[in-house]
Amino acid sequence: MRNVLHFKRLDEASGDTVELTFEGEPVTARAGETVAAALLAAGHISGRQTPVSGSPRGPYCMMGACFDCLVEIDGEANRQGCMTQVRDGMVVRRMTGARDVDRGSAA
Amino acid sequence: MSERFDVAIIGAGPAGLAAAGVLGQAGCSVTLLDEQAEPGGQIYRGIGSASGPRKSVLGADYAAGASLLPSLAHDSVTHIAGATVWEVTPERDIYYSQAGKASGLKAEHVLVATGATERPMPFPGWTLPGVMTAGAGQILLKTAGMLPPSPCVLAGSGPLLFLIAAQYLAAGFKIDAIVETTPRGNLAKALPHLPGALLNNKYLRKGLAMLASLRKAGIPHYKASTSLVAEGDGQVEALKFTSGGKPHRLACASLLIHNGVVPNVQISRSLNLDHAWDSLQHCWHPVTDASGATSLAGFRVAGDGGGIAGAEAAAHGGRLAALAILEDLGKITGGERQARSSDDSAALKWHGRARPFLDALYAPAREFLEPADSTIVCRCEEVTAGKIREFVDLGCLGPNQAKSFGRAGMGPCQGRYCGLTVSSVIAAKLGKEMDEVGYYRIRPPLKPITLRELASMDLDDDADERPAA
Ligand SMILES: Cc1cc2nc3c(=O)[nH]c(=O)nc-3n(C[C@H](O)[C@@H](O)[C@H](O)COP(=O)(O)OP(=O)(O)OC[C@H]3O[C@@H](n4cnc5c(N)ncnc54)[C@H](O)[C@@H]3O)c2cc1C
Ligand code: FES
Repeated sequence: MRNVLHFKRLDEASGDTVELTFEGEPVTARAGETVAAALLAAGHISGRQTPVSGSPRGPYCMMGACFDCLVEIDGEANRQGCMTQVRDGMVVRRMTGARDVDRGSAA
Repeated sequence: MSERFDVAIIGAGPAGLAAAGVLGQAGCSVTLLDEQAEPGGQIYRGIGSASGPRKSVLGADYAAGASLLPSLAHDSVTHIAGATVWEVTPERDIYYSQAGKASGLKAEHVLVATGATERPMPFPGWTLPGVMTAGAGQILLKTAGMLPPSPCVLAGSGPLLFLIAAQYLAAGFKIDAIVETTPRGNLAKALPHLPGALLNNKYLRKGLAMLASLRKAGIPHYKASTSLVAEGDGQVEALKFTSGGKPHRLACASLLIHNGVVPNVQISRSLNLDHAWDSLQHCWHPVTDASGATSLAGFRVAGDGGGIAGAEAAAHGGRLAALAILEDLGKITGGERQARSSDDSAALKWHGRARPFLDALYAPAREFLEPADSTIVCRCEEVTAGKIREFVDLGCLGPNQAKSFGRAGMGPCQGRYCGLTVSSVIAAKLGKEMDEVGYYRIRPPLKPITLRELASMDLDDDADERPAA
């Protein structure tokens, strides 16, 4: 991607920090924020590609409704980044290809 | 099913919190479930942890939400945070997941207070990374103190669009443009409702003050914009549109879009409660009486999930529903309920006065209700408006058939961001009313759950009651 676009923190200096990685790259987050917020602040605006056409997607609603923030977290696929709080040492990966957890697939 | 409660409230926004306060004070056992980490709902997201400066940026209406938090202090009220409800049965069994573990509980009464979601705003390019709802931008500000990258363009219609622009301004962040899509003809349709709205002109005054502050800051404001297209290679780079008879192209690194809010009907639909089409608000809402009672005994709905009326009205509605539940539980008499309801009933009416004017003024533009053929309407399964029209040509008569024709609405969002559009595209193509065409049937689980979560459910005597998910 050509330009890296960061969300900016209003109070950059404050808050405890948490270290995670996205695709192996270190990401410094603030305790209490969500994985989706942390990735946006680090300039990762897309965390997945759609299973249908392979188009990139990134967080859209930030309230748990759209599922465009899905990422792999600590080895578990299809986690909602906007609904998961950051933890030290978290390993976050991009999701590509087929989505294996569809609604109702638990049966 | 081990735990039993007098009342289960789903949603800890103003409606759910206000109800919990009334019920907790009366000593009822209440469980308040919300999938967010903190109480407050959409308007008061992060209210318990927002710093003083963040509160002043977000404004007095936001800060006022803190007054609802003492509801949670009652001993008999249990707030289960981070709990996503994925099934509610007509027998009032509630299943939810929290931190990767599924659990169930049973309640005598259920209050659904799940609020609103932003109305779908499909146009070419709305799926590009960097395009987000304005509500998402606001959530990032409320919960993480974050501002979007510049240049930032806000596009769409409705009071929230201007509120967010004003909150950004208060945070020292000047967005680069507002591309308003409110159709030109709306004002004339709204004017007959103006006398009613003047009886409660609080919203009007606030709205005008907000618009004035944006004008004063010199933010370009394109009115009655049409033909929106977001462009970009892998991420949003520009918004193209027509306004004032001229084509425009604005470069942007973030594009926040908004097209009003509509009731979140996932739970009420999954229970097959009666719903009515509201032609002024352009949405369905569950049919309720003044206390939120639905077509199914034991289930009430309060707040914006029952019809859009705003946060203050949501709190009044929550209290009215709670008082009715107290009467049902035999904790107060009918007379007591009436006496205690009068203030909230009057306030609810007062808040309602401003609605018809606002609803008519900000009625959504046609181009988002019946998008051009190439526009993706179902984000999850990437089904275009043109495909839906093709399905109709092939004999598809409604949204549920559209699922089998081409998976529209079958992705994980379960139609939250395409249901209204798919119904309106089909209705327009068939020349029918929305009510005739109907809405998706919503089936549990309301959110995807993993096998691991299901397997984590505590098995006990009535394990056979467990739903087949
Ligand atoms: C993104 C967004 C931002 C908004 N911002 C403002 C604003 O700044 N100012 C304003 O006046 N109005 C705002 N609104 C309008 C909003 O609807 C308010 O009027 C108000 O928040 C409604 O209160 P409520 O109690 O009805 O629902 P909400 O406040 O929406 O609360 C509903 C709660 O239910 C929870 N929930 C939903 N489904 C489930 C489930 N399946 N399981 C568990 N929990 C669930 C949600 O997490 C949420 O906390 C906003 C709406 C949206 C969608
Ligand atoms: S951004 Fe929509 S579900 Fe997370």
